[in-house]
Amino acid sequence: MQPMSGDKRSSRPDPAPSRWSYRFQRLMLTPVFRNLLRLGVPFGLCLAAGLFYLSDDTRRDAIRLAITDLRTEIYSRPEFTVRLMAIDGASDKVSDDIREIVPYDFPVSSFDLDLEAIRQDVAGLSGVKTASVRIRDGGVLQVDVVERQPVALWRNAEGLYRVDIEGVVLDEVAHRGAHPELPVLAGTGADLHLQEAMDIYAASGPLTPRLRGLVRVGERRWDVVLDRGQRILLPEYAPVQALERVIALSDAQDMLARDLVAVDMRLAERPTLRMSGDAVENWWTIRNISVENDGS
Amino acid sequence: MIELYESQRAMRNMRKAAMQRGVVAVLDVGTSKIACLVLRFDGVDPAGADVGSMAGQAGFRVIGAATTRSRGVRFGEIEAMAETERAIRTAVQAAQKMAGIRVDHVIACFSGAGPRSYGLAGEVDLDGTVVTEQDVSRVLSACDVPDYGPGREVLHAQPVNFALDHRSGLSDPRGQMGTRLATDMHMVTVEAAAVQNLAHAVRRCDLELAGVASSAYVSGVSALVEDEQELGAACVDMGGGTTGISIFMKKHMIYADAVAMGGDHVTSDISLGLQVPVATAERLKTFLGGVVATGMDDREMIDLEGETGDWEHDRRQVSRAELIGIMRPRVEEILEEVRVRLDAAGFEHLPSQQIVLTGGGSQIPGLDGLASKILGQQVRLGRPMRVHGLPQAATGPGFASAVGMCLFAAHPQDEWWDFELPVEKYPARSLRRAVKWFKDNW
Repeated sequence: MQPMSGDKRSSRPDPAPSRWSYRFQRLMLTPVFRNLLRLGVPFGLCLAAGLFYLSDDTRRDAIRLAITDLRTEIYSRPEFTVRLMAIDGASDKVSDDIREIVPYDFPVSSFDLDLEAIRQDVAGLSGVKTASVRIRDGGVLQVDVVERQPVALWRNAEGLYRVDIEGVVLDEVAHRGAHPELPVLAGTGADLHLQEAMDIYAASGPLTPRLRGLVRVGERRWDVVLDRGQRILLPEYAPVQALERVIALSDAQDMLARDLVAVDMRLAERPTLRMSGDAVENWWTIRNISVENDGS
Repeated sequence: MIELYESQRAMRNMRKAAMQRGVVAVLDVGTSKIACLVLRFDGVDPAGADVGSMAGQAGFRVIGAATTRSRGVRFGEIEAMAETERAIRTAVQAAQKMAGIRVDHVIACFSGAGPRSYGLAGEVDLDGTVVTEQDVSRVLSACDVPDYGPGREVLHAQPVNFALDHRSGLSDPRGQMGTRLATDMHMVTVEAAAVQNLAHAVRRCDLELAGVASSAYVSGVSALVEDEQELGAACVDMGGGTTGISIFMKKHMIYADAVAMGGDHVTSDISLGLQVPVATAERLKTFLGGVVATGMDDREMIDLEGETGDWEHDRRQVSRAELIGIMRPRVEEILEEVRVRLDAAGFEHLPSQQIVLTGGGSQIPGLDGLASKILGQQVRLGRPMRVHGLPQAATGPGFASAVGMCLFAAHPQDEWWDFELPVEKYPARSLRRAVKWFKDNW
């Protein structure tokens, strides 16, 4: 049989690839294999080298130590040191409180300060409405505070307190005369409707000198208490308008200067006056006189 | 017939899978060269792909092409398996390298193996009044298959015509009203051993054979223009070892045959007649050959160089007229044989008798003049139609069948096995197998 390796007489060599080179080339032209070679092999090599390096305990410790050192070095740089705390917008008492509750001894690194925790602590103080905390240039911990402003005195069974517009108790007051500029509120639930009370107080106008305070009645509506034991009973809805009506009546007919006990505005279509007992007797007497005069 | 049906269907499914993956190779296993083209399918045909100059071939692109000298193939059949395998490997590797992607599926064509053509006819009564898919299957399986002999295999079986009652010439009868459906089918058989050898050689190259076609058929697909295919034309593919003949009518192949003579015989004639090596004879044929001698050719002397050491032998000279005198009888013989085959097929009854010469052998100067004397007046030289991305080197007539394979892969003709099996022919075995599978697995 003839050898199968081709025609020996022809001068050109056989261009056919060997079976294995053919297979190898086909393998190299397979997209999955090519991607594996291009991405998988370098990745695998890097991973293996890294894992081998880290497999030694002492090397791991050295790396950890180096990282810790670097971190400490950065933390202790003067650029990051906070030396003092500045408090803006707080009264002396509140700022003393703040200094007391911030649990850091200055100087301290700014990385060690938990600003959010400080802010929450400061905002948790009763006299503080909102607080913002930041680190200012030059290593100053700046605490900006907006204090709660007392708007009224609230008298309840325990005593007399200053409250702000949201009804938060600020502090106890020894006696009413210590804060003559603040109106006095009383009654159950008065601290929950301070805005309404303040609106009524603002609307009192010419009655302000005579105003003794506001009483929450039945956790529902307000009474305005004036001197000489007079009361204005305001309705549950639209109390300001009712008070303005009373003031208008009073201006026109000098109503509140007379001997009244109460002006009942609870029913808007039927304002009612309650006179004192003396006044009623006087009125009867006067009427009888006039009747007699008419009759004579 | 069931086995054939299943194997062809398996190949068709494989081809579909390959086209879904987007890359498929076509392989033209010829006697003188093996060509491999790598096709990439883009999935969708762009709009207007069915008309115009790019009709039917816009959906794919040739991304790799390679040719190699064929070894171990004689008369279009594989003779030395290992040699052929190496040649296929060379071509496939080069094409893959050019394409930059690996191909796994190959559609191959070959020209030899003694193709024989049969016309079949079948007729059935319809079940209902409307032709359904099942009726088409039934009429196709009702065709009386001739005894084509042992050791042969059906390569193509294409329904070329349907007739419904008295109306004939339907290409798609489905959904039409009628009572009686008839069909004409064209069947090509080849020697089974040749197909098996080809499949084996391809498998040895780690490739899957996803389809087989007759080279005569596919070169007709690429070399005949549309109206020639419609009106009737013959394509003569003059290859190295065989000359394939296919007759087309109404866009269907209706006859295929092959003459076991080709360019290699011309070369061996020259080699014998001039006492030169085959390689020299091949060179003389391609550079200086011809079939019509003129007075000028008597004076044009050709040096026949040799390496025997005999001065007299190595310094001979022949005139070009002598060379032509050797080539012409053989070419005439081939064309005469083609004429005989065409006459046997009844080619003269076709409305149009266009003959298209293609294949590497058709590049002999003066061949069209000689062919028109033998085959008739309507002879032209055909080149394959252009497809996307085909390199310039692969656009010659020698690549007609390779290009035709591309078109065949992109737009295969309906074959008999593309239709469902009729219900009554469906083997009960498969149902039993399904039941067994359930029992085994659940």
